[in-house]
Amino acid sequence: MTIRILGGCLRVFSWGAVLVLTGSVLVLLGYLLVKGVPSLGRDLIFGQVDVLDAVLLKKRVFDGLFPAIAGTLSVVALSVGLAVPVGVCAGIYMSEFATVFQQRVFGLMFDILAGIPSIVIGLFGFSGAIFIHKYISNDFRPCLAVSVAALAFLVLPYITRTTQAAMQGLSIQIRQAALALGATRVQNIFYVLLPRSFSGILSGIILAIGRCAEDTAVIMLTGVVATAGIPGSLLGSYEALPFYIYYISSQYTDAAELMSGYGAAIILLGVCAVLFFLAFLIKRHLAGPAGPARGRFHG
Amino acid sequence: MTQQTARIVFFLSAAVSAMAAALVFGFLLVFGFPLIGGGEFFSLLARPWSPGQGLYGFLPMITGTAAISFLSIVFALPLSLGTVCFMGGLGPARISRLVDGFVRFMTGIPTVIYGFLGIFLLVPVVRTLFTSAGSGMCILSASLMLSLLVSPTMIIFFKDGFDSVDVRYIQAADALGADSVQRLIYVILPEAWPGIVTGIIMGLGRAMGDTLIALMIAGNAVHVPGSILDSARTLTSHIALVSASDYDSLAFKSIFACGLTLYVLNAFAVIAVRKLGKKRGQAR
Repeated sequence: MTIRILGGCLRVFSWGAVLVLTGSVLVLLGYLLVKGVPSLGRDLIFGQVDVLDAVLLKKRVFDGLFPAIAGTLSVVALSVGLAVPVGVCAGIYMSEFATVFQQRVFGLMFDILAGIPSIVIGLFGFSGAIFIHKYISNDFRPCLAVSVAALAFLVLPYITRTTQAAMQGLSIQIRQAALALGATRVQNIFYVLLPRSFSGILSGIILAIGRCAEDTAVIMLTGVVATAGIPGSLLGSYEALPFYIYYISSQYTDAAELMSGYGAAIILLGVCAVLFFLAFLIKRHLAGPAGPARGRFHG
Repeated sequence: MTQQTARIVFFLSAAVSAMAAALVFGFLLVFGFPLIGGGEFFSLLARPWSPGQGLYGFLPMITGTAAISFLSIVFALPLSLGTVCFMGGLGPARISRLVDGFVRFMTGIPTVIYGFLGIFLLVPVVRTLFTSAGSGMCILSASLMLSLLVSPTMIIFFKDGFDSVDVRYIQAADALGADSVQRLIYVILPEAWPGIVTGIIMGLGRAMGDTLIALMIAGNAVHVPGSILDSARTLTSHIALVSASDYDSLAFKSIFACGLTLYVLNAFAVIAVRKLGKKRGQAR
């Protein structure tokens, strides 16, 4: 009898938990959309500047999100571009060559790196910049290059782990067929294993792009500023969407600025949602479920 | 590319990535050394913050971090356990799949958006409900918001734990005529505990490591908080806030001690989770 009462309570409790959790997130996102959608439009991104002039960099956009979007795009492209080759190669090593001992030691290091709070990675980038400033060049300060390097550190273990998981998930028949036909191990990796685990690796990369795009803590210590215009060089500061949202929330001077903050939040959420669903679709349609997508620490 | 070069390239990539974790630690240690050296690190942990009197301890930040992250787990744990029970057989299968997808989607919501919405939606509510909450920027607001951030992480690890329960146990329970509630209470929950502990550790780690939510809605006052309606500063927001000032000051150096504390806590969490995983692997 008690088990029946307990079971009833458990059922009610689980329904309640699901409703509270999904409900509160839906309320938050709904509020964001209701408040922010009216601000969406050409002016939000380009201000009063003609779209073509802005995109061709003929005129600077002062009252729009264009520089922040351009900054986010460049920081994401560069850091993912930096992290992917190293991360994928490291993943291949972990899955194909590492001894049990190496797997244990390297694996621990990757897990530690993956768990380091992003503000600490930012602090690391920042201290790196101070180091260069003091000992190498006096003109060096936090800039796009520092952010790119720090963000690459942030997503590196993530890419390594997805690559490793995707390759280790292949069946023993696939692993050995080419070898049995006389292929070398490297041929086997490039012609058989990598193409087969491509979708798993790709969805990991897409989620890494999302991590770079949303990250605020790393970039706020390594070179992002409130106004910088379109990023012109690796050694200059830049703007980014998440930092713009953070900055506006505390520094807005009028309703219009606050509205552009809502607009920026919707754009950022949209970008992250699209990347998320892209990763989901790739995983689902190209190869069935590869390793589980894990939530990692960040902030 | 010959066999040997390829192999060397792969090895170097792995070694460099693994060294990255050590490199981060090294930088924190070197830059924080003036403050950490001389065995003062542990007394720093317990000392108050008062730059005027030359005190750069970060007791307020430690207590702030602990209060906010523990409270967020207190909110998130029942939500996550309930949700994972729902997905583990108590809810209809179709809705469960929907909830599963939604939870995974939640992992992709940027934390700066939670912070932003916290300021304009949650903080005013807290301010109105609790008159003693001052501006509404307090531990309670931050941990409520943070619980939404850590719940998906916890749910995903809980679910891993549920899924790792030996299918023969479940079939045995089914064969004895157990319904979904009995199966959950007598078989799955007792067997899935390593996953549950792992989820809680990961959730705590995520809560401690998050910067933007606490920075934006916890108020950032530097004092040891006395109640959950007090504003507080976390280790992470302290790092974010102090960096702007003078490079050579002790106040600036103290952020490296904060960074080091966060790093070490994280490393302990990672090692604990790996130990748990191994235990689970042996049990099967």
